[in-house]
Amino acid sequence: MSTPLLEVKNLKKFFDTPRGKLHAVDGVSFKIEKGQTLGVVGESGCGKSTLGRTIIHLLESTEGQIIFNGEDITHINKKKRHYINENMQIVFQDPCSSLNPRRTVEETVQEPLLISKRLKSKASLQAETERLMDLVGVDRRLRLAYPHELDGGRRQRVGIARALSLSPQFIVCDEPVSALDVSIQAQVLNLLQDLQKTQGLTYMFVTHDLSVVRHISDNICVMYLGQLVETSPSKELFVSPLHPYTKALLSAIPSTDIYAKRERITLKGEITSPIDPKPGCRFAARCPYVCDKCNEPQRLEELLPNHFVSCCRAREINDL
Amino acid sequence: MLETETNKNAFLSVRGLTVEYTSDGEIIQAVNDVSFDLYKGKTFGLVGETGAGKTTIAKSIIRILPQPPARVVSGEICLDGQDLLTLEEEKMCKIRGKKISMIFQDPMTALNPIMCVGKQITEAIRKHEKLGRRQATQKAKEMLETVGISGERYHEFPHQFSGGMKQRVVIAMALACNPDLILADEPTTALDVTIQAQVLDMINDLKNKYSTSMIMITHDLGVVAEVCDYVAVVYAGRIVEMGTKEQIFTDPRHPYTVGLFCSLPDINSDTERLCAIEGLPPDPSNLPKGCAFNPRCPYVTEACSGGHEGYIPFVDLGDGHMCRCTNLEKIERGDNLEHAAVRG
Repeated sequence: MSTPLLEVKNLKKFFDTPRGKLHAVDGVSFKIEKGQTLGVVGESGCGKSTLGRTIIHLLESTEGQIIFNGEDITHINKKKRHYINENMQIVFQDPCSSLNPRRTVEETVQEPLLISKRLKSKASLQAETERLMDLVGVDRRLRLAYPHELDGGRRQRVGIARALSLSPQFIVCDEPVSALDVSIQAQVLNLLQDLQKTQGLTYMFVTHDLSVVRHISDNICVMYLGQLVETSPSKELFVSPLHPYTKALLSAIPSTDIYAKRERITLKGEITSPIDPKPGCRFAARCPYVCDKCNEPQRLEELLPNHFVSCCRAREINDL
Repeated sequence: MLETETNKNAFLSVRGLTVEYTSDGEIIQAVNDVSFDLYKGKTFGLVGETGAGKTTIAKSIIRILPQPPARVVSGEICLDGQDLLTLEEEKMCKIRGKKISMIFQDPMTALNPIMCVGKQITEAIRKHEKLGRRQATQKAKEMLETVGISGERYHEFPHQFSGGMKQRVVIAMALACNPDLILADEPTTALDVTIQAQVLDMINDLKNKYSTSMIMITHDLGVVAEVCDYVAVVYAGRIVEMGTKEQIFTDPRHPYTVGLFCSLPDINSDTERLCAIEGLPPDPSNLPKGCAFNPRCPYVTEACSGGHEGYIPFVDLGDGHMCRCTNLEKIERGDNLEHAAVRG
């Protein structure tokens, strides 16, 4: 196997709060191959957005290692910052608040180009902007429009154009379609898939919507309170989830198939606090299979090929 | 099925409801000639995209539309034989919270942040029922327990609860006086899937226990499949298709309904590419003539502009399945979904 485009080893990000250390990301490791999409799913507050932001250095990691293209980028200086900015970009969740309301579409898309000083002449800047707008499907006549004049789907397309402007290799998509209506959501998802093919992009796709993640990802990580509980090739995860949390999560999705009778695992209780958590499985408080061993720290084990689970009873529960 | 007169047998009967908003001198048609019936103990789902007018329909039923800018132009809303739209405000106050109550979308803004949650529930009980302070407090604690929150948390404030729990407080408040009709406006949209499953189970249990009727507003077809008996698909303020859940889910006929189903990524099967509905929802201040979906519709013909009437009438497809479309012969039964898939 070739070297992965991105490798993250034991990444941790803690925040200081008045009540103690908040473990937002706690010991996450994974790899993404070039041209693939890694989906990261989890409920709100599980640290999936923090993970994405830490990787591209919008936040500095507390511990761990980030390796991009074989190069360690855990600690960066000004020069490396430029390298990261040109190769790793992000598309944010809310296109309303991630675009500057006082900048036109053109200004927003051009800003990274101006900062990178790649294009010198005005004409080449202009041509590049038009190329990017065509690429994401925003009419050229909207060049001088402000974000408030655009609808949600178009705004998100402008956000994507901005992320693409420096032709990065890797893009973190942080819930890019969650704020959009179903019919528009499908348009943007299709656009992201087309761009991946034509531009050879690698995505990390962060979302809470499991049907979206299945549709777009090659591999999926399931996060719970800052830790990975299961990683698996995307199709396999939906056919044979191994971790009790993944099982409950999948069974909780309301299905549009009205005749399919499924057994629903309803979880009791709420997510425990991520502030100074106890060692051991963080899902234990809600888990139907909880036992004494759950109080010990859990580690990801490869139970099926490329399918990792962090649960001490996974073998037993799934008859493996 | 739908005559112009209100249906006396139905528990709630809405006829020809039309609501406009005025903004910047422009008239925006938010709800356009909406009619439906809801029977006792049943759940009616209103599905549609942002701005389709779903919430406006609910708010006109419970009469909390801000007037102006909103204005109910015409229509009748009949609850248990009583016309709500002509009722005096004083009498409406007695109905609101007692007979009809509403669960709002966002629990963060529906609760008063500087009042403990128990008091907010007690307030509704004291308003409508002749109970002393102590009894009302007791009842409020019972309501909290019903929705799975310990009665000891009566004196806590909204910020001390998580999102899911806050939504349950809002539900407890709505159920406090055993209403006959609940208007649930996207009650689970702000919640995570596992918490959503808990809340939906709870709503279903309570509905069966008290045989409450409910209007469920949502954009999530999965939620509709879980809780609704009847479904109406709303597009640009008009019901474009209406029927039982089985009719809509197994045999969607309106091109918009078909498009909605196709643009959902399916959790159980692989689709290479989603068939998105092309284009954008129409500008509500300048709706297309006739069928508002016609600029985005793959089957569009001249008849879609509605002729001199300016709108497309309902076609009865049998057993109460109604659809506003002029090209139903073209969109053959059964192959509609496949057809759309091929097109994508």
